[in-house]
Formats: sequence, C-alpha cells, structure tokens
Amino acid sequence: MLEQNIFAGFGGQGVLLMGKLLAEAGMFEGKEVSWLPSYGPEMRGGTANCAVVISDKPVASPVVTMATSVVAMNRPSLEKFENSLLPGGKLFINSSIIDVKCDRKDVDVYYVPCNAIADELGNPKVGNMVMLGAYIEKTKCVDFETVLKALLETLGEKKAHLIPLNRKALEAGAASVR
Amino acid sequence: MAKKLMKGCEAVAEAAIQAGCRFFFGYPITPQNDIPEYMSARMPKVGGCFLQAESELAAINMVYGASGAGARVMTSSSSPGISLKMEGISYLAGAELPCVIVNMMRGGPGLGSIQASQGDYFQTTKGGGHGEYHVIALAPSSVQEAIDLMQDAFDLADIYRTPVMILADGIIGQMMEPVEFHEKKQARELPKKDWATTGWSPKSERPRAIVNSLYIENEELQELNDRLQARYATIKEKETRCELYNTDGAEIILCAYGTVARICKSAIALAENAGIKVGLVRPITIWPFPTKDVHDAICQESVKKAITVEINAGQMLEDVKLAVNGAKEIEFLGRPGSNVPTAEEIFEKIMEIRRA
Repeated sequence: MLEQNIFAGFGGQGVLLMGKLLAEAGMFEGKEVSWLPSYGPEMRGGTANCAVVISDKPVASPVVTMATSVVAMNRPSLEKFENSLLPGGKLFINSSIIDVKCDRKDVDVYYVPCNAIADELGNPKVGNMVMLGAYIEKTKCVDFETVLKALLETLGEKKAHLIPLNRKALEAGAASVR
Repeated sequence: MAKKLMKGCEAVAEAAIQAGCRFFFGYPITPQNDIPEYMSARMPKVGGCFLQAESELAAINMVYGASGAGARVMTSSSSPGISLKMEGISYLAGAELPCVIVNMMRGGPGLGSIQASQGDYFQTTKGGGHGEYHVIALAPSSVQEAIDLMQDAFDLADIYRTPVMILADGIIGQMMEPVEFHEKKQARELPKKDWATTGWSPKSERPRAIVNSLYIENEELQELNDRLQARYATIKEKETRCELYNTDGAEIILCAYGTVARICKSAIALAENAGIKVGLVRPITIWPFPTKDVHDAICQESVKKAITVEINAGQMLEDVKLAVNGAKEIEFLGRPGSNVPTAEEIFEKIMEIRRA
C-alpha cells in the first residue's frame, strides 16, 4: 500500500487537521506515515495544504508531487492540484463551494457537498470530517474508529463530547459517496 | 514506548532536552520557530534556561558564555540567522568550546525564502566563519534520525570540544513523522570539562581556566591550529557516517543528503519498476564527508554514472567529484533557491543517462 495524498483548501477549513488525523490514525494502525504542511506564502495568503503519505513500507519521499488522491476543499485548490493526480487516482471535490466539474477522464471523481452535509449535522465546522469520511470510504486506508481516537488525542478529554458529532460527520461523508 | 506523531523542530528540541541540554539561546526565524517555541515551554519545567536574545549575534555569544562555563548548550536558526552567528561559531571553534547549532535551511541568498533549501552546504562544510576550523555537521533525513543525531551531536561536541551543527532543511523541521524516544544510553565516555570556567580560588587544585581564542604570538596560534587540525584528522577517521542504499551492483548511483535522499528513494522505486537498478549514497555526516564510501559506491564496475541531487546549484557535487577524482562521470540535478527536485525528475534524469 502506498497512499500519497494532497489535502488542500483555505485557512479555517481544517485541511491541515484532516491530514494530521489521517496520518496519526495510520500510525496507530501500525503503518508508516508522514505529514508535510505548507508553511509558506500560501499559508499566509489564506490557502493551506498538506501532503500525507501512508505506506506499509518506510516512507521514501514525504513530498507528494504525483498523488494517488487529491482532496480539494475550494476552487483554487482544485485548479492547483488536479493535475498532480496520477492516472487512476481519486479526486475529492467539495461541491458545496466548488461550482466546476473536473474534466479529467482518467481519474475517479467524487463530489462531496461538505458544507451542506455539515450544516445538516448542525455544525459547519465538521465539513473537513465529512470529506475525510468520504476519502476513507473510497480508499479504506484507515478505520473511522482510529481516526476518532486520533481526534480524541487532539481534542483532549474536555472536548470528548464532540466525538459523536464527528463520528456522524465521517459516516455522512462516507454515505455520500457510496 | 508508543510511537508519537511529532514535528521535526519539536522533536529536535525534545531530543536536546533528553540529551541533557539545559541552556537554549535563540532568536526567531522561520522555518525553525517551533524549536524556540517548544524550548520556551519545556526548559523551565526541567530547570533549564530558555532565553530569546535580542539578536542572533547575542544568542551565539550567550552560547559561548554558557559553554565556557561547562554547560550543555544549543542554539538554532535558519539560513540568514546562521550567517549572523558565523563570527561566534568561529570563536567557539577557536576557543575549543562544545555546543550544538541547528540550521533548518531555507532558500537564499539574502533573506531568500522560507521554503526548504540546501543552499548552506558550502557555508557549513567549508568554513562559514573566518579562520581554519570545521564543525561536525550531521544531516538527518527523517524526524526520527534528527532525534537520534541530537544525542550524538552533544556527545561529539563534548568529546572533541567543537561546535556541532545539525544541518536539516525546512521540510525536516516542519514535517510530522512517527517517532520514538529511546532510553538515553551513555554509549561513549565523555571527557571531564576541566577547562571550564567554574570558579577558582587559591585553594583550587587546578590552574585558572581561561576561555579564549586570541593568540597574539605566532607560535601559540600555530599550536592551537596544529591541535585543531590533529583533532579534525581524528574526527575524519572515526566519525564519518554514511547510508548505503541498494548500491551493490547498481547501474546508476544517486548522491544526496537530508530530505532529498528520501525523494531519491522514491525515484529508485520508480526505476526498480522499470527494471533499472539504482543505488543511493547518503552522507549522514556532511563534514567529515564520507569520501571512501562515496568513492567505493560510485567506482564499482557496474556503475555507468552518478547523479548528485541537491536543492541548490551544485555544492555537495564538488565533494562527490573530489571523492571520485575523475574515475567516473558525475551529473547534477538541482536548482538553487527552494525548488525541491521531484522523484519524477530524478527518474527522468536516470532514463536520460540510460538512453545516452
């Protein structure tokens, strides 16, 4: 297994966290992982992305230039990264705010209305977890429960009450691409 | 101990504390800011001292002072900040003071960029400051290796009474990887710091300790230089480290260090799929340079050519060429600034050599 992922969006959408939770969950499941954030001008300009590699062998390059999956949470991210996807790769598009379709015919494209689903769940902040649910449903690279374990570590016990909401978000995201 | 996902900069800082470092002096600069940030929270908890100096110059001279008094001490910065520290590093070398300096390299020259780069290879290995000195320079290529090298860095500094540099790039600093902190093993005996200025009275059994790098008399300066050169010869002989990956019987050898070596491993996997055997020589000490390992890997009969890959215009390339001394052709792949070469580009270069 070698999953080379790019998660991209604008600041506040939780793309760095989404990638970190995935990497941490991979680590908990005994896989080799790396998480590399953008920390440059794009971060300061409002957009953010991270490269996450999950593998059953030691991670060679943590820099992802040809991805097996690209997650685009906003339109500039889609435009920037859709061509970084390998043929046969998976492209996840936040269709709530991206109003264009992907023209590539050699990749699998999934349109996930992250914001709309998150709003239905009553908390717009879980849009990233909706997308992560869709991503995991299609790649099967980690279990939901391990992601929630990673989330609990990040949140701490004081915010453990948020776990059920995030579980719902993961499940709703998964259901949207089934 | 369970594995933990940790950022390179924070891991380096924690490793330093676990190696017994109790003094940190620094000044902020991206992409190493997580080191002082982590130190500012952790140092007080272990009874250590964190101080944000008024400048890089002040920070490195505080390192000089603490080291002179016998403390385990470090500083960290990124490229432009390291340039500012260079005078102090030369003084530390001249005064034979142990310390650890971390450079999370960013693009240059000048203020350059904040993205990863390897533009400081020459500065690190060929001097940087004035006079004839060297620093032992360790180049990790993963967060775990950065942790492991941190302990070694402090020990090497004490054993050889020399500044030691951890030379990484912004990617190592900003990346998160699973890490483990091993129980500290004192593998090597450390010399007593009887030269340190720890206080003297007429009742003291030792002579006054004086920390100094000024030798007005030619003969005295000669003595210092002879001593340093002899020490550097010992370091070259005993402390050179290198990783050989897939090199036996390879058709093409890649030479790279740090993050770029990781990218080379991805290129090697691409080549393997295409049925081409490519190996990698990865210097772990970039000073002392692993001349013999590099020579032996590249000068195998099976090797057509070698490619040095760096995030610069070709710096380590010179040491690779010297190691091989004309016996094989060495190509170069890389760009100055912060343009990280991709695995696909390296693979393409491999194919180009094969087609030729």
